[in-house]
Amino acid sequence: MAGMSSSVVARLRRSLPRWHRRRLVSAGLVAALLAGAGLVGWLAWPAAPGFTAYEQVLTVRSGPDGATPVALDSTLYLPDGASAADPVPAVLLGHGFGGSKRSVAGDAEELVGQGYAVLAWTARGFGASGGQIHLNHPEYEVRDAQRLLDWLAARPEIRTDRPGDPRVGVVGGSYGGALALLLAAHDRRVDAIVPMITWHDLARSFLPEATGGAPEQGVFKRAWAGLFFGQVTGGPAARSGADPAGSSGADPAGSSGADPACGRFAADVCAAYQRLAVTGRADPEAVARLRESSPASVLDRVTAPALLIQGGADSLFPLSEADANARGIAANGTPVRVAWFVGGHDGGVGPPSDQDRLRRLTGQWLGHYLAGRGEPPPTSFSWSRVSGFSAADGGPATTGYAAGAYPGLGGTDRRRVPLSGPPQPVANPPGGAPAAISSVPAAGGLASFVNGIVTDLPGQHARFTSEPLPQSLDVVGAPQVWLRAASPTGEAVLFVKLYDVDPAGVATLAGGLVGSVRLTGLPADVADAEPVRVTLPAIARQVPAGHTLRVTVATSDQAYATPPEPAVYTVAVPGPVTVPTVTGQPLANPEAGWRWALAGLLVALAAGLAVAVAVARHRRRRAGRSVVAEHRDTPLVVTGLRKEYPGGLVAVSRMDLTVRRAEVVGLLGPNGAGKTTALRVLLGLTRPTAGEVLIFGHRLVPGAPVLSRVGALVEGPGFLPHRSGLANLTGYWQATGRPVGDARLAEVVEIAGLGDSIHRRVRTYSHGMRQRLAIAQAMLGLPDLLVLDEPTDGLDPPQIAEMRRVLRRYATGGRAVLVSSHLLAEVEQTCTHVIVVHKGAVVAAGPVGEVVGDSPAVHLEVSDAQVAAAVLDRLAGVRSVSADGPGALVVDLDGVPAATAVAALVGVGVGVHRVVPRRRLEDAFLALVGDHPTGSGDR
Amino acid sequence: MTTRVPAGGSVDGAAPGYHAGRTLPFRAEWRRQASRRRTQLVLGFMVALPLIILAAFQLGGDDEGQEPSGPAGGRISSLVDLATSGGLNFTLFTIFVSAGFLLVVVVALFFGDAVASEASWGSLRYLLAAPVPRSRLLTAKLVVAAGHSALAILLLAATALLAGTLRYGVHPLRGGIAADLPPGEGLVRIGLVLGYLAVGLLVVAGVAFLFSVLTDAPLGAVGGAVLLYILSSILDQITALGSLRSLLPTHYSDAWLGLLSTPMQVDDLVKGTISALCYATGCAALAWWRFLRRDIVS
Repeated sequence: MAGMSSSVVARLRRSLPRWHRRRLVSAGLVAALLAGAGLVGWLAWPAAPGFTAYEQVLTVRSGPDGATPVALDSTLYLPDGASAADPVPAVLLGHGFGGSKRSVAGDAEELVGQGYAVLAWTARGFGASGGQIHLNHPEYEVRDAQRLLDWLAARPEIRTDRPGDPRVGVVGGSYGGALALLLAAHDRRVDAIVPMITWHDLARSFLPEATGGAPEQGVFKRAWAGLFFGQVTGGPAARSGADPAGSSGADPAGSSGADPACGRFAADVCAAYQRLAVTGRADPEAVARLRESSPASVLDRVTAPALLIQGGADSLFPLSEADANARGIAANGTPVRVAWFVGGHDGGVGPPSDQDRLRRLTGQWLGHYLAGRGEPPPTSFSWSRVSGFSAADGGPATTGYAAGAYPGLGGTDRRRVPLSGPPQPVANPPGGAPAAISSVPAAGGLASFVNGIVTDLPGQHARFTSEPLPQSLDVVGAPQVWLRAASPTGEAVLFVKLYDVDPAGVATLAGGLVGSVRLTGLPADVADAEPVRVTLPAIARQVPAGHTLRVTVATSDQAYATPPEPAVYTVAVPGPVTVPTVTGQPLANPEAGWRWALAGLLVALAAGLAVAVAVARHRRRRAGRSVVAEHRDTPLVVTGLRKEYPGGLVAVSRMDLTVRRAEVVGLLGPNGAGKTTALRVLLGLTRPTAGEVLIFGHRLVPGAPVLSRVGALVEGPGFLPHRSGLANLTGYWQATGRPVGDARLAEVVEIAGLGDSIHRRVRTYSHGMRQRLAIAQAMLGLPDLLVLDEPTDGLDPPQIAEMRRVLRRYATGGRAVLVSSHLLAEVEQTCTHVIVVHKGAVVAAGPVGEVVGDSPAVHLEVSDAQVAAAVLDRLAGVRSVSADGPGALVVDLDGVPAATAVAALVGVGVGVHRVVPRRRLEDAFLALVGDHPTGSGDR
Repeated sequence: MTTRVPAGGSVDGAAPGYHAGRTLPFRAEWRRQASRRRTQLVLGFMVALPLIILAAFQLGGDDEGQEPSGPAGGRISSLVDLATSGGLNFTLFTIFVSAGFLLVVVVALFFGDAVASEASWGSLRYLLAAPVPRSRLLTAKLVVAAGHSALAILLLAATALLAGTLRYGVHPLRGGIAADLPPGEGLVRIGLVLGYLAVGLLVVAGVAFLFSVLTDAPLGAVGGAVLLYILSSILDQITALGSLRSLLPTHYSDAWLGLLSTPMQVDDLVKGTISALCYATGCAALAWWRFLRRDIVS
């Protein structure tokens, strides 16, 4: 036995590293997963270098005299590491109309992360800055910005090209974008500019005329102008509400006591707007004032390389503005790069793919021209168009394209698409209402693309339609149509739109853009009308094959001021629509990397699965082969078994037991003694804390193949309640995967004795029926070792008796049975051997005859215990006599017949009331049970 | 004393005819699960739902007086408007209304119930003592639950397609942002949508399966998985979370809408697939790791 236990220890020790290895493998897997996740996270969130933001109010001397102080609220973002020894280039960052330095904080942090010092400031007239709004007037806003350049040049951390000339780029959108252009035109110290979604000619932007008419002839963009003017004069409810400083009580507009009609607008701007808004027509003075605020006239002075970014969903500053800027700047030989994106004043910042592209372009532009990094960026043209809908972003999905050079709005090629439709009368609604809707200013997001808001009113528009397109058409640029119109008044204001109509008739107006036309000197009859060429707003859109193009000419549009007098015009579109196209290379989809990631993931998963399966198979094969030779024929050997549950509960403290062939071994103990836990361990359901289980010499691990020679009933039956008893048995046997013939189903069903009930659902069974079915299931295949936990639980006395016979018979022929029970009588009558457990430990073990059978002692109840003890002590052969309470004795007769002892007592006149044979186990067991009265009752 | 015995009977001591790889055959497990009332009810409901929807459209009267607002009118409402314009659109509508919750519950039921129900019946310990190796048990449970889930989704789609086509006829698939899709192409798209939905539901499956292994209460496993799914959906609504949202398992659950546009938008699908596979694999690996080590106390 000593040799045995040392081998156990050795084996345990040998098995320990394996456990560790397995843990190590899983720990390694977890670590690898975590590392992978961490890597992805690190890539997703590149650590931005630190920076410090200095908020300060800079008072600069500006204005026409160059000496009027104005306080500008500013923030300087200085990257960590910038110093006089290591100066960095700077970026002047302007904000949009109605915004403040805070509205560009995100952009500033991104730029400072790229190593630039960023100076963001609130333009005069906005937010916490002083002064009035002069709309980027050269003597006001532009001069302010020049003073900021002076200020930057004086900072030691800012790199300078020469004293007083900082290395600086100007970046900004809309209002800030125009400032970038104007500042570059007025100050040669600017080294690069990135104007976004901004204007070329403010007069033309607000008074567009699609036949090429001057702003005096233009149609007033009422909705946008009103929105802007209202934003600044309208008080806290306006958009400036996003900027707490702009709507606070300390607002300089309020304190300046200015005219409430003009708010913080300068008087000349305000007056020009008021005249414009009343008449809907611009006077030369107003046009001149707007032109002062426009880059148009000064572009020939721009020497700073310009990256022009403009949006296709922008009814305020359409793509034609950037086109004019590009041509104007390129004429000086200054490098210009143009990029279009799906977004703008109507469409917002655009989808992530566009934002990424613009971020990359900006970084490249500033990187070369400010930081001196990289090759000179090409002056290629890139654009994108809506290619679908992204559910995850809740907005349009786009495809990007690039072409070698910027072709302008006329495209590199043109397609003519014939239109048909007779001249049609259209009515101008009195007072301009109701009006068609093409765009809702600043509606943002999806509105401009999904066409949900575009309406044309019956009677107010004429349609000219093409045949379905034989092949798809990539429109990139400004389409043109010819228009003839007749008007009884000689004048007409018309809106020309190009729809993409799908076969189902759903029409889409790209970007919600409209060409506005004011014609004068018209004849009364359309036959006499001269055709005029209308240049429609530039778009980037693919019209799929099978769609038709539709040119609609309408008399009203909510966004524009139209003549109030009612009139009926006649319009005709005499020729085809000329559509510019550009052949471009699709930009590599930045998301395409994810496809490789997916492919890699799939490969990794497949490989991981294959490895896991191979490792598991190898391990299983190795685990099943080691056999302890001396126990190869012993059904069950358990040594040193110990089971602790988490939390310190010790269910089995130490248990050794052996079940040999042909034995029916009873595991006897009160409830809670650890019987069931022990059985669970030797079925591989729970892992022992220590010790070893050998079944036919095979070391037991969970799921060890040798368990197929063990049939079990543990802790009550477990059946699928919705299936019949028979289906449960056959189903269970199928689960073992063994041949059907080996099941011995008929014999087993016979043992269960369920009769016809075997075909009923188990749900309907009584407790006893389930118990019998469970015993039958354990016997399926007549396993070599049968393990039954409280098998008679719930059975009737006759069934119990039958069960005893079955079990005794079962063990003949070399099979073995291990039965647990808390009933002494049951074990005594059923088993050949018994193992008594108490509190998780074996207290007695051996053949039932030895352990349970009659002992040489008897229990006597006598009339006089003292005399009786004396008599019996003297009786030859009696080994011992001891008192067992008043009038009771326990006598070890050691072979002396009880009759002899009784006769001796009676002979001396001691009355014998009772003679009870003693059984060895009973005392011990009753004592144990007595310790746990609650745990010992019959169930 | 430890020796390798040469093949005398079986090397691993198993009973004749026992082979670990042949335990709990998929067919047997499929039959065990298919015979359950729960399975039959769910599958029956998958057939009944399209018919109920169809009946509801019939009862609700003709809405055809209203001009469909077109693909532009709103991606969601257009699906509803277009539901009666052909079998494919009806199928799409049925999928759309089921994808968000019904299919989640169904998949959670099949996977969450898989192991926990055996534990609650007490049959788990007998399977493991048979012995069915624990990995083998999980594999069989996983395959059969996946099979039943796939069958449920297919039954739903097939019934909707059949009933919708019989009632509304064969018409192009509409509802994308671009052109109508001819019936053949539309059928392919519907198939792809189903495929992506199935991939997305792997997350639910994985979580439910993990819970099924961790707990002995089937209801807890199913409910826990559904609750987590709802939690993730709610968090995904909070845009303030920014890019963190893309880590949520449900973030890409609507990406299948991209399959309806022309050309198909697959970028989100790819990311959604990666996300789903990662979560599902992680959950499954954890389930395995736990189940191979846990004490079976049910």
